[in-house]
Amino acid sequence: MQGHQILTTGLFLSVVALTVGITIWASRNSSGAADHYAGGRNFSGFQNGLAIGGDYMSAASFLGISGAIALSGYDGFLYSIGFLVAWLVALLLVAEVLRNSGRYTMADQLAYRMRQRPVRTAAATSTVVVSIFYLLAQMVGAGALVALLLGVTSEGIKNLTIFFVGALMIFYVTVGGMKGTTWVQIVKAVLLMAGSALIVVLVLAKFGFNLSDLLGTAAANSGKGGAFLEPGLKYGVSTTSKIDFISLGLALVLGTAGLPHILIRFYTTPTSRDARKSVLWAIGLIGTFYLFTLVLGFGAAALLDTDAYAKVAASGGNLASPLLAEAVGGGPGSTGGAVLLAVISAVAFATILAVVAGLTLTSSVSVAHDLYNSVWKRGTASEAQELRVSRYAAAGIGLIAILLAIPAQKLNIAFLVALAFAVAASANLPSIIYNMFWRRFNTRGAVWSIYGGLISSVGLVIFSPIVSGKGIDAVTGKNLSLLPTSIDISWFPLENPGIVSIPLAFFLGWLGTVTSNEPEAEARYNELEVRALTGAGAEVAVKH
Amino acid sequence: MSTESNERAALGDPVYDRLHATPEFTELRHRYRSFVFPATVAFLAWYGLFVVMSMWAGGFMGTKVVGNINIALIFGLLQFVTTFALAWVYARYSNAKLDPLARSLDEQYAAGRNDGGQV
Repeated sequence: MQGHQILTTGLFLSVVALTVGITIWASRNSSGAADHYAGGRNFSGFQNGLAIGGDYMSAASFLGISGAIALSGYDGFLYSIGFLVAWLVALLLVAEVLRNSGRYTMADQLAYRMRQRPVRTAAATSTVVVSIFYLLAQMVGAGALVALLLGVTSEGIKNLTIFFVGALMIFYVTVGGMKGTTWVQIVKAVLLMAGSALIVVLVLAKFGFNLSDLLGTAAANSGKGGAFLEPGLKYGVSTTSKIDFISLGLALVLGTAGLPHILIRFYTTPTSRDARKSVLWAIGLIGTFYLFTLVLGFGAAALLDTDAYAKVAASGGNLASPLLAEAVGGGPGSTGGAVLLAVISAVAFATILAVVAGLTLTSSVSVAHDLYNSVWKRGTASEAQELRVSRYAAAGIGLIAILLAIPAQKLNIAFLVALAFAVAASANLPSIIYNMFWRRFNTRGAVWSIYGGLISSVGLVIFSPIVSGKGIDAVTGKNLSLLPTSIDISWFPLENPGIVSIPLAFFLGWLGTVTSNEPEAEARYNELEVRALTGAGAEVAVKH
Repeated sequence: MSTESNERAALGDPVYDRLHATPEFTELRHRYRSFVFPATVAFLAWYGLFVVMSMWAGGFMGTKVVGNINIALIFGLLQFVTTFALAWVYARYSNAKLDPLARSLDEQYAAGRNDGGQV
């Protein structure tokens, strides 16, 4: 092992040790469901804002977006903008309302006035599906990162890394619960902001803090000239690709407020006012970070040599930030380069660990609280039984994600996450919005909207060019779709299903509602509305 | 009682219906909705304009303003500015206009429960 690999391995192990330590520490003063699921609802607005940032700024943001900008120029920037503007939906329409009307899961708010078993089954199903999509992306990032650092191309090592990350996330969630997960996310948010700020300053310093020079060099070095700085390089080639861009934009802006692992973070604050404050902090933090991604992405295009740029391209863009860190540190072979590469990779690794913990927690809570206790046991399970099931569920979900991540490794992480956003925007957001703002909305509307959005978004991806029919890349000779080129089941032309599945889910929610009659759901709307807007009777913080 | 209503969450307090009927609640709901609905339409339209222009007004978006900084980049950065600004305005609005009403209703709820359900 070379010197820099020892350093890298050491830093990786420190990140792992730090997060494991936090988890064990948190597990010591955690007891009962409100602690395990909602961190005792004792996190301040600022703490939860950091944790939201830690939960949200995933490998997709750090590795995926900067990579998308490095390769596609301006078109990659749409991810940053969509991911940020989306927070306004969460702030204005969802965060406080959900904090006041739910307990542990996304389904709680629906179950408040509807028939519990069908809506909980539907919401838990979509929670698990969205989380698994999102998990895939994180694990693909972990595999790519470790392979880069250890200088291996072996599939075996990448797969081993994915297994290792999977095992760690099961540990965090089963041992630390929401408290441990939240602290891991807070620490990660601080590391990520500090690490990327450092690289941003170093990149800008190379250009005398002149953004225009940076952009000009990036455009020249990318080989695409001025088009690199303008929209349309990736998505402007045909009408189909332009519509794909609109579809992506729609999924990004509407997806955030339907992401189950983000939604349950609002339950960790004592009141809805703290939930609002936490979203404001999160917007500041996340917005600043996405401004960094602009510099990281264009910086990678400007500063990487042909060799490194080819590596970025071969990784679907995922390696742009780590390789940029190496370049600004002095380049490959230099001590500075090795140190910065190791630091940034360790930060990326911490990022991945924090996000996978949040995702696994969310889906395991939903399985235990919604499916096991409310649907299967009809609310009769004891808290201890429910907690035990949530730990088994975490292990099961971790395993599924590991198995699915292995074939998904050649896709850009931001792109994979955008699919998770499309599924979330289709399956979850319509019923959350309808439930809060439409008295007439009822069980059938919710169930149709959730399953309709879920099935249409996932189904359209299966029949899209991502899965089959894209053919062979003329330059690299690689198969661009997931299935072997001999199989072509594609008929849906877009890569992102949002433009079809989101309106369809809203339509189905309306149709299901108007074709059924449920006076009980309407009667309880008053209660939901008063509680959501005033916090009267909302869940309170745990006192230790 | 039908099995259907047994499956619903435990039925709440009638205090909610009484609170719902108060003029204070009507005012709170009006203030909340009259802010968030227009604001949501506005920021979605502004974002939609950005997305559509990125694809169908490439020439205009590519116009250079200062050095290599073009309209597309400025437009993108303006999305950041408007997001920060709207979040800030909403925070101020809810502190001043929504929270006092919500608090007062929450107190009435607590009092109502202590008095055996009378508001």
